[in-house]
Amino acid sequence: MLTVVAALALTACGSGDSGTTDGGAADGTARSGGTLTFAVGSYAGCVDPHQVASNDTIYALRQIVDSLTDQDPSTGKIVPWLAERWEVSADAKTFTFHLRPGVTFSDGSAVDAQAVKENFDAARKLGAKASLATGYLSGYVGTETPDDLTAVVSFEQPNAQFLQATSTFSLGLVAGSSVRKTADQRCTDGVVGSGPFVLGGYVANQSITLVKRKGYDWGSSLWRKTGEAYLDKVLFTVVPEAGVRTGSLVSGQVDAIGSVSLADEAALKAGGAVNLQTRANPGVVFNLGLNNSKPLLQDVAVRQAIQVALDRQQIVDTVYPTGSKPATSILAHTTPYYGDVSPQLTFDAAKAKSLLDTAGWQVGGDGIRTRNGTRLSLSVGWFANAATNQPTLELIQQQLKAVGVEITLKELQIAQITQVQQSGDFDALWGNITRADPDILRSTYSTALANTYRLTAGALDPVLTEQAATVDPAKRQALVNQAQDLIVRNAHVIPVVELTTALGVSKKVHDLDFEASSRIQLHDTWKS
Amino acid sequence: MRRYVFRRLAQAVAVLWAAYTLSFLVLDFLPGDPVSAMAGGGLDQASVDPAQLESLKREYGFDKPVLVQYADYLGRAVQGDFGNSVATGQPVTSVIGDALPQTLVLTGAALVLAVVFGTGLALAATYTSARALRQLLLSLPSLGVSLPTFWVGLMLVQLFSFRLRLLPAFGNDGIASLILPAVTLAVPTGALLAQVLAKSLFTALDEPYVQTARAKGAGRARVHLRHALRNAALPALTIVGLLVGNLLAGSVVVETVFSRNGIGRATVSAVTVQDIPVVQGVVVFGALVFVCANLVVDLVYPLFDPRIVVASATRRRSLV
Repeated sequence: MLTVVAALALTACGSGDSGTTDGGAADGTARSGGTLTFAVGSYAGCVDPHQVASNDTIYALRQIVDSLTDQDPSTGKIVPWLAERWEVSADAKTFTFHLRPGVTFSDGSAVDAQAVKENFDAARKLGAKASLATGYLSGYVGTETPDDLTAVVSFEQPNAQFLQATSTFSLGLVAGSSVRKTADQRCTDGVVGSGPFVLGGYVANQSITLVKRKGYDWGSSLWRKTGEAYLDKVLFTVVPEAGVRTGSLVSGQVDAIGSVSLADEAALKAGGAVNLQTRANPGVVFNLGLNNSKPLLQDVAVRQAIQVALDRQQIVDTVYPTGSKPATSILAHTTPYYGDVSPQLTFDAAKAKSLLDTAGWQVGGDGIRTRNGTRLSLSVGWFANAATNQPTLELIQQQLKAVGVEITLKELQIAQITQVQQSGDFDALWGNITRADPDILRSTYSTALANTYRLTAGALDPVLTEQAATVDPAKRQALVNQAQDLIVRNAHVIPVVELTTALGVSKKVHDLDFEASSRIQLHDTWKS
Repeated sequence: MRRYVFRRLAQAVAVLWAAYTLSFLVLDFLPGDPVSAMAGGGLDQASVDPAQLESLKREYGFDKPVLVQYADYLGRAVQGDFGNSVATGQPVTSVIGDALPQTLVLTGAALVLAVVFGTGLALAATYTSARALRQLLLSLPSLGVSLPTFWVGLMLVQLFSFRLRLLPAFGNDGIASLILPAVTLAVPTGALLAQVLAKSLFTALDEPYVQTARAKGAGRARVHLRHALRNAALPALTIVGLLVGNLLAGSVVVETVFSRNGIGRATVSAVTVQDIPVVQGVVVFGALVFVCANLVVDLVYPLFDPRIVVASATRRRSLV
């Protein structure tokens, strides 16, 4: 089964490589062996996939753990991996996994029902240090193990997203020896997994080395190759400077790089030896997360005016890597159950102006609108965690000024995120969330949960709750469509652009594939 | 002499304490806290359960009043225990210990290059009788001091690694990967040394004892190297503390450009996530290096110049 991205990569490699001086096997014939060197921009300070959320480090750690299930990046469908099959109860509270026999962790211990139980029990205890895993396991009651290969996981409340969660690295299975360590020990020692690669070593801030797992024979049902991985070794090296990453790839010192920006593309294409691979991250797109409780933003007309005042295509063309797309919903188009609501997100400055005129906002002397002495001015908080953030917001600033809305930009520190979210002391926050399940809408916008954006309880809540309890795909699709429509139509937050993961990959590297959350899968990857 | 040493040691301790306290206050005034940074890490802005966050803060003692935290940290620091990194859980001493050898190799190599080429440049500039050449040589140090280290590093990588493909662009493996970063770091340091040394060489060459040496029939080179350089070296020695500080500060930039894992990179990572224990450890370590360098200079100074007796040295304006 070929994914869309894999197919793209294949055609690109096939055409680009024919005619090289490679005298060995004909191009297109995969071969085993070799070391792949991958340059990333940062190091998360921890080598436990349960505790790390940063893409640059996940690229490496994803390879050392297997998951119960896998997710097809082209359809969003959940397919077998360590679990051969599973049943979900009609109320979406109980999940029964039937494990594949004969699977072992790299320390020799068995991947059995007990291991599944230990992993989920432990993930809960990691608390805020493993916020993704604990979020997925919210309401976890426990895991029962009727026999060695059957694990029954149950929850207090309906939890339809859990099936997709079992396909993520955050719930990848680690051996009992790792489960019993403290959170800090897991970070510094690394974990023992059952994945196609084993953690060979790491040097903080410098590199993570992966070594092929000998005898690996339980790959995901999505992978083309059965058995062991092609590559003998993978070296993830941390190169913080974008210019050095690009130059290193073009000059052949590394085989692939992460975090390619629009500015790097020309240099990468110039040599002709590099393919650019992009895929939109599923989940909530980059958006202006409006604080719906602020007096200015309680008025739906103001929110809708901001929504149509943005020329998203111009933002994408000016700031984002080639292949990026403007938002067409609150969810990125790669998210399962995505629904297109782009007509409501079409750029229409005249409509924005008339909405504001009708709401009584008059253009003042400096071009900014006022009403009863109040200026239509908003402060947008942003974090320097992506190089595209500042230029995007500066462009948004110009576009909104054209319709009479003033935006001031306020850079915040990463260490402030939680504090700002909890205090509600913001007009709008710029950000996105990667998640390949639409339940991210519930965890982000339900008024019963953290409710960072201070929505008032209303029609959206029951829809979000119901989709979490709906197992039937068609019914869930209808509910998720309704949720997307409600969020966008009421402009609770302003979707702007999809986050696109962009990699630079040498033409000597083949089948370096994106998985469903736009991180990478290296089992099928080979070098010519 | 003993009293002098004791006084200098007391000053050193005071400097260390001040550095520790000041950095603690600065970190405390920064918005946000390390626990939130850890929980909210990554590219995403998903929300974290407040109750879990509180329990994590309690675990690390960030819920206590600032003064109590400060006393806690200081009390343990005095015993050499800087605690564990909040971000990685590794003991701070081992974070610094792991990174230190790489930085020592880098700064050591850069210091050697800086001394060799800085001294060479100063000697050549003061020795040559060709006016144009002298002007050219004398302008080089100002250029070296004013070029941004970041830019120098990127230019060297572009030329020697990406164009000529002679040297690796990143990493810590062996001599080949040390050359470009060491040269980059040596540029501002060597330039500073050359500036000071050239100036004091000119002064020394005007001194009466140089005339005396010449009158006694000493050759030009001999006068330059044996008589003038020896005396001119003293002012240069006083800036050793400054040079060491320069090297440490420069290593932050150089280690980032060349992707080397040393103290500089560890500092940058720690500051980004407000990893207070690590930052505190690095600050104290930096102050310690600086204080020691100056202490050594002060103590060896009299050995170089017998005219300086300890009593007058204590009145000399201290760089510490």
